[in-house]
Amino acid sequence: MDGRASAMRPWLLLSPALATVTLLLVVPVMFILVYSFWLRTATGADTSGFHLDNWIEVLTDPFYRDILFKTLRIALVTTLFCIVLGYVPAYFIAMSRTGNKTLLLLLLILPFWISYIIRTMSWINILGASGGLNSLLLTLGIISEPMRLLYNEGSVILGLVHFLLPFMVLNVYVSLEAIDRNLLDAARSLGASDLQAFREVTLPLSMPGLAAGALLCFVLSAGTYITPVVLGGPRDAMFANLVFDAIITQLDWPLGSALSIVLLVVLGSVVLVYNRLVGVGQIAKSFG
Amino acid sequence: MTEQQPAVALEGIVKRFGAVTAVHAMDISIEEGAFVTLLGPSGCGKTTTLRMIAGLLSPSQGDIRIKGRSVTATPIHKRNLGLVFQNYALFPHKTIFDNVAFGLKYRDVGRREITDRVQKALDLVQLPGVGDRHPAQLSGGQQQRIALARAIVIEPDVLLLDEPLSALDANLREDMRVELKRIQEQLGITTIFVTHDQSEALAMSDKVVVMRSGHVEQVGAPEDVYVNPASAFVARFLGNANLIPATVKGRDGDHVIAEVAGVGSVPVPALRAAKLQPGDAAALVVRAERLQLVEQPGDVPEGMIARKATVTAVDYQGQAARYFIDFCGHSIQALNPIGTAPLRAGARVTAVLDSNHCVLVPPEKHP
Repeated sequence: MDGRASAMRPWLLLSPALATVTLLLVVPVMFILVYSFWLRTATGADTSGFHLDNWIEVLTDPFYRDILFKTLRIALVTTLFCIVLGYVPAYFIAMSRTGNKTLLLLLLILPFWISYIIRTMSWINILGASGGLNSLLLTLGIISEPMRLLYNEGSVILGLVHFLLPFMVLNVYVSLEAIDRNLLDAARSLGASDLQAFREVTLPLSMPGLAAGALLCFVLSAGTYITPVVLGGPRDAMFANLVFDAIITQLDWPLGSALSIVLLVVLGSVVLVYNRLVGVGQIAKSFG
Repeated sequence: MTEQQPAVALEGIVKRFGAVTAVHAMDISIEEGAFVTLLGPSGCGKTTTLRMIAGLLSPSQGDIRIKGRSVTATPIHKRNLGLVFQNYALFPHKTIFDNVAFGLKYRDVGRREITDRVQKALDLVQLPGVGDRHPAQLSGGQQQRIALARAIVIEPDVLLLDEPLSALDANLREDMRVELKRIQEQLGITTIFVTHDQSEALAMSDKVVVMRSGHVEQVGAPEDVYVNPASAFVARFLGNANLIPATVKGRDGDHVIAEVAGVGSVPVPALRAAKLQPGDAAALVVRAERLQLVEQPGDVPEGMIARKATVTAVDYQGQAARYFIDFCGHSIQALNPIGTAPLRAGARVTAVLDSNHCVLVPPEKHP
């Protein structure tokens, strides 16, 4: 009796968390999963039941496959930019004096106080036909008519990098900050130059942060739909835009549900592979 | 006599951090193969000095020479020094073998020789066969041995140890002390050891440099600084010393006569009365273990000073006891081995003191 009670104890203690996760995460996903097997008829009403039509369409139509691959490619390019552009400021902040560190970190967090959509739209004022950059170049006489800088894949990636860079910087910063400075002194005393000490000690020890940042950047950019809407052209739709179109524009919930599940499974597999290689624990650190 | 270059020489080293001077005009000369300890309380500048020798800090003024050549402008990675830290500072992502081999990668050493030398270094610290483990799989004491192996495998000109034993627990610390000294003697490597622990300094060093707020207070062999402290600070810092205010009355042959209130005249060997002149205020240093308490005042040997005293408190330590006594109006301590039973508080005793073991130092300054 006592043994059973004590075996139950951890589950009882976990129950508030389990209930929350179940109610807010598992149940809605289950609804979506069930929806994906329904069928939308010509009349606009959904027919419940077990229909494979949506799944056959989603898994066989090359249109969806191509956009999925494009989405993953954009996410990958964005992540690579974030790695390169994020490491330097993270290193700079980590090596700053304590007082400056707080200020720099505050500056890094500051943009989060402004809506993501507004931050994304700010690029229109910079890159638009009558935006800051074109006006400047026109005034200087470097170009004679405005360049088309907006509404292409490049501006989508730019917007995503802008949005995701702080996540990368924070993650890398946390793992750089955790490195014992004596390790660098030890490496230097043993004959390593500054650069060699960085390559042998700092870089490998900051890898967990870099990997965690990369995972966040990849998953968040692969799941985005606002950036392509604001900064992309008609042909720059990403996978989440398909879901948006299906559900909001066409009111085809069953199809949108099937598409959602596809994205969930693809990104879920990325996280699983990452967890096998690195472990997801690192991500929690940058929010701790 | 051929002039031999000291292994390490600090010439007028000054280190300032902004408005704060951490090290004031420091001159030290360390002979080849010596084990020298920089001893002092935290903030005395001992670690700053070590870091300057290592090249982790550059002096504001002065010159550092290693084996005769100035290294003041030489970057750390070209100084060929072995550095051991309090927290071991092993590379957590590398195996023990790679940790120890690290320094050899930057020296012109072939792969086979690297394996040989790493193996030899691991044998020397008595940890053969841990090469393929990671630092986290070793205990603190083992990690510090590996850190030592990593520092000596490069055959450094000088071994610099920054409180290497402080992170270990008490029993292990004493083992490591013996071990470290054995390895140092076996290799004959010039070693500079930084510690705030006087017993480490006394047990291991050939020479102790006692430091206080950026100044060198005294340099000498362990016995020298213990028996013959040059200042009230050194007397207090090493061992258990009583400092009793005194006045220098005059000289009598090879003795300096000190006048101590309530006690009377105390003749101190002139060699132990560091440059004090008649009329000077001074402090009489009486080591607690040199003050013997007897219950029955028998015959007091010639030249001994015996005065009535009262035990006010007892600090029982097992093999010995520390007695707080009232000695002619001075509250002082006596550390005596325990005979049959320790004295009780309140006991009336006779305190016997051999003034030949006393030292006269300039009085403590109270800023």
